[in-house]
Amino acid sequence: MAPSAAAGTTLPSAPEESPDVPRRTVDRPGPADLVFRAVARSGGLLVLAIMALVGVFLAYRALDAIEFAGWSFLSEQRWEPESGRFGIAAVLVGTLLIALVAIVIAVPLAIGAALYISEYAPRRMKQTLVSLVDLMAAVPSVVYGLWGLFLLQGNVLGLSRWISTYFGWIPLFRVDGVDPRDPLATDSVYTSSTFIAGIVVAMMVAPIICSIMREVFAQAPAGEREGAYALGATRWGMIRSVVLPFGKGGMIGGTMLGLGRALGETIGVYLVISMVFAIQPNIVQNGGSSVAALIALRYGDATPMGISALMAAGLALFLMTLVVNFIASSIVARSRSGAASEA
Amino acid sequence: MTNRQLAETVRDEFVPQTVHLADELDTGHSPDLAQPATTVPAQGPEPERLEERRSTGTSRRSDRFAAAGAALAALAFTMIVFTQLAPFDGLLGFVVFAWLSFVGIYALLVSFDEDGPAVRDRMAAAVVHSLGFLLLLGLVVVVLFTLFRGRAALVHLNFFVQDMRLAGPLEPLSVGGIWHAIVGTLEQIGIALAITVPLGVLCAVFLGELPGAFSRFVRTIVEAMTALPSIVAGLFIYATVVLMIGFGKSGFAASLAITVMMLPIVIRASDVVIRLVPGSLREASLALGASQWRTVWHVVLPTARSGLATAVILGTARGVGETSPVLLTAGVNAGMNANPFSGWQISLPLQTFEFVKSPQPTMIARGFGTAATLMVLVLVLFIVARTIGGRGPGQLTRRQARRRVAQSERDKRRFLERQSATPPATEAMTSPALPDRHREPEVDPADHREERDA
Repeated sequence: MAPSAAAGTTLPSAPEESPDVPRRTVDRPGPADLVFRAVARSGGLLVLAIMALVGVFLAYRALDAIEFAGWSFLSEQRWEPESGRFGIAAVLVGTLLIALVAIVIAVPLAIGAALYISEYAPRRMKQTLVSLVDLMAAVPSVVYGLWGLFLLQGNVLGLSRWISTYFGWIPLFRVDGVDPRDPLATDSVYTSSTFIAGIVVAMMVAPIICSIMREVFAQAPAGEREGAYALGATRWGMIRSVVLPFGKGGMIGGTMLGLGRALGETIGVYLVISMVFAIQPNIVQNGGSSVAALIALRYGDATPMGISALMAAGLALFLMTLVVNFIASSIVARSRSGAASEA
Repeated sequence: MTNRQLAETVRDEFVPQTVHLADELDTGHSPDLAQPATTVPAQGPEPERLEERRSTGTSRRSDRFAAAGAALAALAFTMIVFTQLAPFDGLLGFVVFAWLSFVGIYALLVSFDEDGPAVRDRMAAAVVHSLGFLLLLGLVVVVLFTLFRGRAALVHLNFFVQDMRLAGPLEPLSVGGIWHAIVGTLEQIGIALAITVPLGVLCAVFLGELPGAFSRFVRTIVEAMTALPSIVAGLFIYATVVLMIGFGKSGFAASLAITVMMLPIVIRASDVVIRLVPGSLREASLALGASQWRTVWHVVLPTARSGLATAVILGTARGVGETSPVLLTAGVNAGMNANPFSGWQISLPLQTFEFVKSPQPTMIARGFGTAATLMVLVLVLFIVARTIGGRGPGQLTRRQARRRVAQSERDKRRFLERQSATPPATEAMTSPALPDRHREPEVDPADHREERDA
């Protein structure tokens, strides 16, 4: 600065009695901003209201059926609302079994594909592969249903037969009324099974799980990767000691999100499965059930009780997916915050 | 600057000098320096080619040989087993057996000259590669299978321009089509978009610009709602609009159901994009005295435009393909109904679903044709989304950059015009600032330095 500064400026003399008080930094928004904030808030409120209405209305419409059926709604297997005997025991078990098969098939596929995209694929191809997996998630579910019904079912029967022949001693894989040594046996006992529906659903949820896992794997810190390599790890050693432990939260969360999606899949399951209203734990045997397919099958019921019963089933499905999804998103969120804390 | 250019620059600038020095030494122009303390390495003739970069990749030739050998051996072994030892039991068994024997033989080959961790590494690589390949194969099979089975219906032009009113269950493919379903799909998705886009973007703006406890709560609910089973969305609209209000099944009810499905997806994707807008842009706008809504309208939303378009298109791709909510709310009709507000109106996914429920082969062929049409629609939407949304906020295409430069030029001209039009009194106050600022880019930074130094 110029030396003449002292002459031109006056130093503020510190006031003796009044202590320094922090200046108010809050600024009053103008009328336009107030309107903007009100509109934005009301937008948020409207979305919230729509979402809340879904739950409230389902519960309201389901009230009749739940009051009528009482606790037997959870334990009854049959679905005959006209005669007053209906419950979700069988469909709920069927839904869980289909989702279980789907997850068991989809998760290894998704882990493999996510690892391939994030660790093994050439850098030039990475973006293309990511787009392809996203595209796979955007393919309409009815297309997967067609594929399952017309292509997969015919080709998977041999596998079903093989599983039931050699692993039939496990109750899950047993098929009633079939003798593996009978040369005249038809494959029709293996069609429309929980297993096939599960494969179809697996194809739908695998891309979603894969994209979440890939995101988490890509966040694994570069320093630790290089450290593992510097210590002489092979690529797989690096993945096992850095990428997989780091991405554990995302892997669990992605799996749960996929599970939530698998529980609610409708059309693919509807096209493949043939509904039975009894708890049917034999997954390779013909017949199975799912809540969503039940609703799609019976929504035309004219009786008020039938509709109300379907609403109750929908409410059960809704609550189940909500719980699964809440757990999933909290796990994913926690794994992300862990990613932020490194460095 | 690429490596090659760099290397060429280095050679042009430095190599001639070195050669020159070496020449001097050889010819002995300066005898005092002929016996230097250091010896300069003799320069051979300059290499014809640039040095090749050393490959730092980890794949070695022996690995590739091992993989190829294992593949051949596994194929041969499987063929022997399936032709000589066991009866051929379907393609699936053949592939699985061949794959298992490939992994085994590959591990054996690698273990001849590597140790345990390396063998495990190679096996893991083989498994990961095949799993990734399997998932992508699934996608390719689904897409190609649908197109292949749909070709019978797709080659008939009437398939796209007629409705199904005249086509009975036994009519050949040359009668009837899905024009009514295409119109229904476009109308339903159009109405759904008209509701979803403003509401979704508004909600995303709310989440991004007005943070607080309430917006965190809304965000949690929206995230939970992305997993809402689609059939439940349909059931909700069926219960409220169709049964309670008594509106009846219609295209409008279907589009409301699609809206309930799409809204959380669009909000979530838009929220992410809006949060990606750099905070410094917002702060710059606010520091210039703009109000909050002006900042949002003129800075945040234009910056996030391409990302928002992607969010909307991805949501649309999901919404177009939804069958189950439409199943409960739209109603199946065979004729054209262009009015979404009254009467049943079918859409492409629902039409597919109806076609394949029929046992008639022609109906199933029509179903595949409809599915293929739907998939092509989704594919196009998806490609559009990728083309628009491939760039982050602020990154411009060449055309956008040109347009922005032109806009800037126009602004400059406007400023100058206004300046020359202003009365002299005010000009005296403002003129020193404006022309200077416009000349600034043309002034070399070096000139400034000289001025300051002087």
